[in-house]
Amino acid sequence: MGMTITEKIMAAHAGLASVKPDELIMAKLDIVLGNDITSPVAINEFEKAGFEKVFDNEKIALVMDHFVPCKDIKSAMQVKQVREFSKKHSIKHYYDVGKMGIEHALLPEQGIVKAGDMIIGADSHTCTYGALGAFATGVGSTDMAASMATGESWFKVPHTIKFNLTGKLKPFITGKDVILHIIGMIGVDGARYRAMEFAGEGVHSMSMDDRFTIANMVIEAGAKNGIFPVDDKTRDYMSGRVTAKYNEYSADEDAEYIAEYNINLSEIEYTVAFPHLPENIKTPEKWGIIAIDQVVIGSCTNGRYSDLYNAATVMKGHNLADGVRCIIIPATQEVYKKCMNDGIFDIFIDAGAVISTPTCGPCLGGYMGILADGEKCVATTNRNFVGRMGHAKSEIYLASPAVAAASAILGRLATPEEVK
Amino acid sequence: MNKEGKVYKFGDNVDTDVIIPARYLNTQDEKELASYCMIDIDSTFASRVKVGDIIVAGSNFGCGSSREHAPISIKASGVSVVIAKTFARIFYRNAINIGLAILECEEASEKINDGDIITTDLSSGKITNITRNECYFAEPFPAFVQNIISCNGYINSIKVGLK
Repeated sequence: MGMTITEKIMAAHAGLASVKPDELIMAKLDIVLGNDITSPVAINEFEKAGFEKVFDNEKIALVMDHFVPCKDIKSAMQVKQVREFSKKHSIKHYYDVGKMGIEHALLPEQGIVKAGDMIIGADSHTCTYGALGAFATGVGSTDMAASMATGESWFKVPHTIKFNLTGKLKPFITGKDVILHIIGMIGVDGARYRAMEFAGEGVHSMSMDDRFTIANMVIEAGAKNGIFPVDDKTRDYMSGRVTAKYNEYSADEDAEYIAEYNINLSEIEYTVAFPHLPENIKTPEKWGIIAIDQVVIGSCTNGRYSDLYNAATVMKGHNLADGVRCIIIPATQEVYKKCMNDGIFDIFIDAGAVISTPTCGPCLGGYMGILADGEKCVATTNRNFVGRMGHAKSEIYLASPAVAAASAILGRLATPEEVK
Repeated sequence: MNKEGKVYKFGDNVDTDVIIPARYLNTQDEKELASYCMIDIDSTFASRVKVGDIIVAGSNFGCGSSREHAPISIKASGVSVVIAKTFARIFYRNAINIGLAILECEEASEKINDGDIITTDLSSGKITNITRNECYFAEPFPAFVQNIISCNGYINSIKVGLK
């Protein structure tokens, strides 16, 4: 019996010729990741267990991104703990203020993760790296602690759901619309414990940034991981970033899938998830008039260069609607610099938006854009749960950067075409 | 091991943001995390819950973020076991790793009501509803998982195993 991409990567890292769904394996890891919220808990567990050394100081990435530059004394204490641990164990990929970016934009950009890798991260959006043709999944701090010591972890091989993509996206329709459409179709637990494999000619028409956005949000359908085949766009992206050798895996013709869906990309419309679940999607004819107070453009889902470029294209020459606040958050220093040099920041600032240093901040209701009672926000982030960005009675509408920018200008949920 | 307690009932898709909002993730203190447990779905939960009480919920309990603070806050609040129709996978793994007892049982999830008094037996998976005089059966965990929970977490179970 043939194998899916996920099964091939798992087999290779478990030292097995083949694996099948539901099999329990012990697999070697290429990268173990943590951030400033999850790493302190992992470090406590690591030290409580009496571990003295990390398995490999070049295969652990600790990225301070959720609450930095530190928002308060407690978060400063947490980052201090991770900083000291990194120094003690000579962690090569430790990223602090000045070098840090949002972890899931940063690691691919820095070439730390690559095709064929087996990666765990104590952050649920670790699944983002599936865009590169890697197996990547989120875990908790205890698993992170154990893996920092041993360099391996146990897994149950997931069944794979295949998404056959055909056609090509229309202008301004992006990976965000695709993944929200899919979550709406299968539900927030529609891929629970499953791998989501994206296949077909439609994949090749999409940019790497679109693929990162899609892989990033498979967790919002409950998936263990999302995965893309490697093509020329993947290789071009890794070129100049990844210095180590990488492995390309493709699915066998006779690989078995637990379910298959066909999606014609040319039929995807602007898609927005209404409060309070990512599956609660609506296309423009059902939006109605949703007056908004704030727009956030950024996050591990949509804080890459093309995201900000799309938003700026819509926003160019316009002013924000009265009473609307717009916060732009480039995901990494590289994205920040490129936006600055290309004049994209001028467009945002002239429109009345603010530019933040890279941070997860408002996406998880940490800081830098918290919502008050009754406020409505259009965000390019990934979750619109109750209280996610602030007050339990605030509302979040998940959208693409182009829709978010149009909404900021018109003061209500709007499509780019409505901006004259 | 039998656990008896009063039920707090919740619906489907209880996410980790309502279990413990990120604004409280600047601490690892278990008691402090417990004081905010469930605050955005039931702001009175943390003050009402007593040691041994039980959470019963619908499908996909614990969806969302990987924050281990979520099962930690539930456990530190005194909750002895969480019963749900299904659990989100990261929460499921985290709960076991930190030693929070969980059981998956569709029938229990549907028939148990808020305020019922129930007992659970993790070794057999038997759930007894004393209030309604009913029994439901969850698939019990294999012995090694029961051992992790009885050792109060994965790291502790390794330490116990090494002794």
